Amino acid sequence: MSNYPLLSLAIWVPILAGVIVLMTGGDRNAPLARVLALIGAIAGFLVTIPLWTGFDVSHSGMQFVELHNWIPRFNINYHLGVDGISMLFVLLNAFITIIVVAAGWEVIKTKVAQYMAAFLIMSGLMNGIFTALDGILFYVFFEASLIPLYLIIGVWGGPNRVYAAIKFFLYTLLGSLLFLVAQMYLFFKAGGSFSILDWHQLPLDLTPQIWVFLAFMVAFAVKVPMWPVHTWLPDAHVEAPTGGSIVLAAIALKLGAYGFLRFSLPIAPDASHELAGLLIALSLIAVVYIGFVALIQTDMKKLVAYSSIAHMGFVTLGFFMFSPLAIEGALVQMISHGFVSGAMFFCIGVMYDRVHSRQIADYGGVVNTMPKFAALFMLFTMANAGLPATSGFVGEFMIILAAVKFNFWVAFLAATSLILAASYSLWMYKRVIFGDVANDHVKELTDIGGREFIILAVLALCTLWMGLYPQPFTEVMHTSVNDLLRHVAVSKIQ
Amino acid sequence: MDMKSLYLLVPLAPLFGAIVAGLFCRVIPRWLAHTVTILGVATAFGASVLIFMDVMAGNTYNGTVYQWMTSGDYSFEVGFLIDSLTATMMLVVTFVSLMVHIYTIGYMQEDPGYNRFFSYISLFTFSMLMLVMANNFMQLFFGWEAVGLVSYLLIGFWYTRPTAIFANMKAFLVNRVGDFGFILGIGLILAHFGSLDYVEVFKQAPDFANTTINIWGAQEWSLMTVACICLFIGAMGKSAQVPLHVWLPDSMEGPTPISALIHAATMVTAGIFMVSRMSPLFELSTTALSFVLIIGAITALFMGFLGIIQNDIKRVVAYSTLSQLGYMTVALGASAYSVAIFHLMTHAFFKALLFLAAGSVIIGMHHDQDIRNMGGLRKYMPITWLTSLIGSLALIGTPFLAGFYSKDSIIEAVKFSSIPGSGFAYFAVLAGVFVTAFYSFRMYFLVFHGEERFGKGEHADHHGDHDDEEASHDHHHGLAPGQKPHETPWVVTLPLVLLAIPSVVIGYIGIGPMVAGDYFKDVIYVDAAAHPALSQFLEHFHGAAAMGLHAFQTPAFYLGLAGVVLSWFFYMKRPDIPAAIQRRFALVNEILENKYYFDKINEFVFAGGARVLGKALWRGGDVGLIDGIIINGSAKVVGWVATISRLFQTGYVYHYAFTMIIGLLVLMTLWLNHA
Repeated sequence: MSNYPLLSLAIWVPILAGVIVLMTGGDRNAPLARVLALIGAIAGFLVTIPLWTGFDVSHSGMQFVELHNWIPRFNINYHLGVDGISMLFVLLNAFITIIVVAAGWEVIKTKVAQYMAAFLIMSGLMNGIFTALDGILFYVFFEASLIPLYLIIGVWGGPNRVYAAIKFFLYTLLGSLLFLVAQMYLFFKAGGSFSILDWHQLPLDLTPQIWVFLAFMVAFAVKVPMWPVHTWLPDAHVEAPTGGSIVLAAIALKLGAYGFLRFSLPIAPDASHELAGLLIALSLIAVVYIGFVALIQTDMKKLVAYSSIAHMGFVTLGFFMFSPLAIEGALVQMISHGFVSGAMFFCIGVMYDRVHSRQIADYGGVVNTMPKFAALFMLFTMANAGLPATSGFVGEFMIILAAVKFNFWVAFLAATSLILAASYSLWMYKRVIFGDVANDHVKELTDIGGREFIILAVLALCTLWMGLYPQPFTEVMHTSVNDLLRHVAVSKIQ
Repeated sequence: MDMKSLYLLVPLAPLFGAIVAGLFCRVIPRWLAHTVTILGVATAFGASVLIFMDVMAGNTYNGTVYQWMTSGDYSFEVGFLIDSLTATMMLVVTFVSLMVHIYTIGYMQEDPGYNRFFSYISLFTFSMLMLVMANNFMQLFFGWEAVGLVSYLLIGFWYTRPTAIFANMKAFLVNRVGDFGFILGIGLILAHFGSLDYVEVFKQAPDFANTTINIWGAQEWSLMTVACICLFIGAMGKSAQVPLHVWLPDSMEGPTPISALIHAATMVTAGIFMVSRMSPLFELSTTALSFVLIIGAITALFMGFLGIIQNDIKRVVAYSTLSQLGYMTVALGASAYSVAIFHLMTHAFFKALLFLAAGSVIIGMHHDQDIRNMGGLRKYMPITWLTSLIGSLALIGTPFLAGFYSKDSIIEAVKFSSIPGSGFAYFAVLAGVFVTAFYSFRMYFLVFHGEERFGKGEHADHHGDHDDEEASHDHHHGLAPGQKPHETPWVVTLPLVLLAIPSVVIGYIGIGPMVAGDYFKDVIYVDAAAHPALSQFLEHFHGAAAMGLHAFQTPAFYLGLAGVVLSWFFYMKRPDIPAAIQRRFALVNEILENKYYFDKINEFVFAGGARVLGKALWRGGDVGLIDGIIINGSAKVVGWVATISRLFQTGYVYHYAFTMIIGLLVLMTLWLNHA
């Protein structure tokens, strides 16, 4: 299997499918567009499966490598590869694409082909981000993937989408520019190479390392998003259609976190150690501060968006404690968050499609009319609160345990998430789902249909699988994570 | 079948029942739901009996079922540790669960959520078994949270009741506060021991006896003290110790069978079980034991007082449970772990009996739970009456009954304890005997004897605590005027009878081997040199019969007797006296009615405080500072620039964006390559 350019397939199959779907044209051909999109998404997922089954867990370097000249003049290459850190995200991304195509099936009625195509193209571009080993290639994918997301919010979004889009744009613009500058600096420093793997080996003094680290940090922190550059996310979520929110939470947030592992830590290891305190402090603020903010939200999507920020705080916290348990915990948390937050946003979408409100106050007693939905929503709510046997528990558990070893008070603050996450998740669940039927809208609700049930059931199985048996997920990470930690432990200052 | 498959069968059989009844709860008939779950639990009980006999024969087991995850140098596993402690818990859990399953057929027969209920209680049984059978801290935490989840689902079983869905959230969140400490304790264990496996950790424990860690400033703390107190905070949540006890009385919003199973017999004792399991760790820190002892003593005495003024039959039993859990905790603090487990076991039987009997009374009274509306039920519900009497006598420590042996052992052990706080604890458990006898027989007399106050049409005026009143709004049907209570069907009374038997005999049988013998040898570790309380008590122990006879010379017996006599005098002879006392000591009454203001403080300080803080951070931080000043300020500048540049363009932004990026790519590729 490894003779096939699997990574290229993972990138271009969805993009090609997206172009084909786009060609079906107007909404007359919407049914065809939907079917083609689903086929494309499934095909895109199928080509990624050999990445996991054929993955060599004992090999620490890049696997499934593809290397072609792209722009020889500047030594820019079409260089792809995955290791234990990135491989699972390619699969997660391809998997989530199927979910969002299915999620938009009957719900999106205007510009269906364009909607589906945007998701497929975005999926391919995001796979490009996770697999690129060339700085410029990464940057191109990184920036290009914003366009479909911007379109999804801008075209199919809510009433306040312009504000959300400008906010989104402002935040990312600043980050991207600094990112590019840092890349240019590294290019010259490395004697004319854009290879990320070359940069990993590049000796750097502490001062330039710190500048490079800070430039990367701004770009990635906005994506994660870390406090205090997080305020674009709740607005973007609120305005985005359900599918947009799912991709945003499940995949887009992971790009920034992934960037920390691929760029910041290995390229600037001394600066990473130097600034770890800052990153940990920001992460803990995200966990605690955002936990309280989530508690008082009245809009369900905002609440889940804030809870995403808090959960991502765990991820960045895990990165900067420099232990295998913490980093693997962070990676597990990223994957789990993909399932759980994706499912949470889908659940909110299910209710929004029926009532056209995201306000908690407009609901109450939904369990009376939607018992099947209530049961599945309960599972994801509990996963969001980090209940054992769901995937939400695994990463947080690993990170908290690693934090106790790192510093008791870091663990103390991180563990408040046990209380805060349960508080905001269950309080929302109580107000929305439990109780007597609150109003006529709730009274007329119909329970989830077959399509919605299958989507939620599949996500539920993933959540439980990862909660009950996370070994297959962590197994592939070991060698790469240990390798990364060994690399980060060695100073680059000469 | 080899033993390992048998071990697996114990938790998996109830899980199977739960899955069948749960996934198909809307399609399968009721008889199938209860048959499959009861068969599952019965299988688990049968297997537990076999395992118990195997353990008695000297076979123990410690092994992995599957490797959950590896990371770094750590391995996390799901596995079983089968020894006398586990086997005891398995028997208690599966037996009480089986009784409750059977009882539920009668109790829930009119409920539309019948199948769902059976699924939940079987799922609970599975979770609880995984908890007690664990051979490592991680699985313990799994079971710990899983029973918390099922408890949450069951307290909120009647999900349209505002009080029920408030109570279940409260229960979950208060337990989460405990788990917060618990997970930090587990983290400390892993950080220093490098393993979460019980045997591995216990083996290394003595090496860490003098290890100190730096927690705050320059102060050095004993690792074992910090770790044990963190772990015990977990136990305080689950086993409802002050100040984390607030959820348990409210949990009575759930159907009565689960009050018996979860909130009396099994789940709430998980904390007691956990500390006993960790005896090799707790023995290394007298400070932690002292903390445990004092918390337990406070719970034992002060929660008992609250039982006196309750009028809801279930709440009386609930406060009694709190108080008894305090007794068990006191035993733990006095290093009498085996006594704690012994009391856990006897309590499981007689308290499950009392709860189920209370449920039987509630059925007989047509879902009226106010004991002021009862009286004279003895005549109409003979089996319930007799079994309740047995349960009450066992609870107050009547010589030769189950509760006597376990409770007296606790009192004696504390008497010999010399760690800080043991003086107060001794006073508390002794005074608690009087209080227990008083509230138990107050309830007993008010329910089963005296004037028949039911069927009057008008309920006695509710000037009780308003929580009760809210709780009772939609499910207090009560008896119509002239209607009489009736005895409940056999599915209800059979479990009562089956639970009454061990409530009588288990103490007499159990004390010899469990407390005095070597039943828990190699399982529970006591540092007899440092904490000699139990061994000193045992020097005075000369068999169960002698202990029973000796009781007549102890203060505990006379305190208990005084409690019974006083309650008889107050509630049968001179009901005007308690009312007069209530008026005379209005302040005390006020404090008790408000349950020492714990709920009010929690609601105001923690729940209210969190919301205020959240609002402040959101409005001040996110909306005010970050968005208001930084982002929107910049946006205004951009907007201003955009207004000017808009003059030059007309189309859609995304057209441009797409064109730009594609154009750039193509240009870069073609142009630069050929240049």
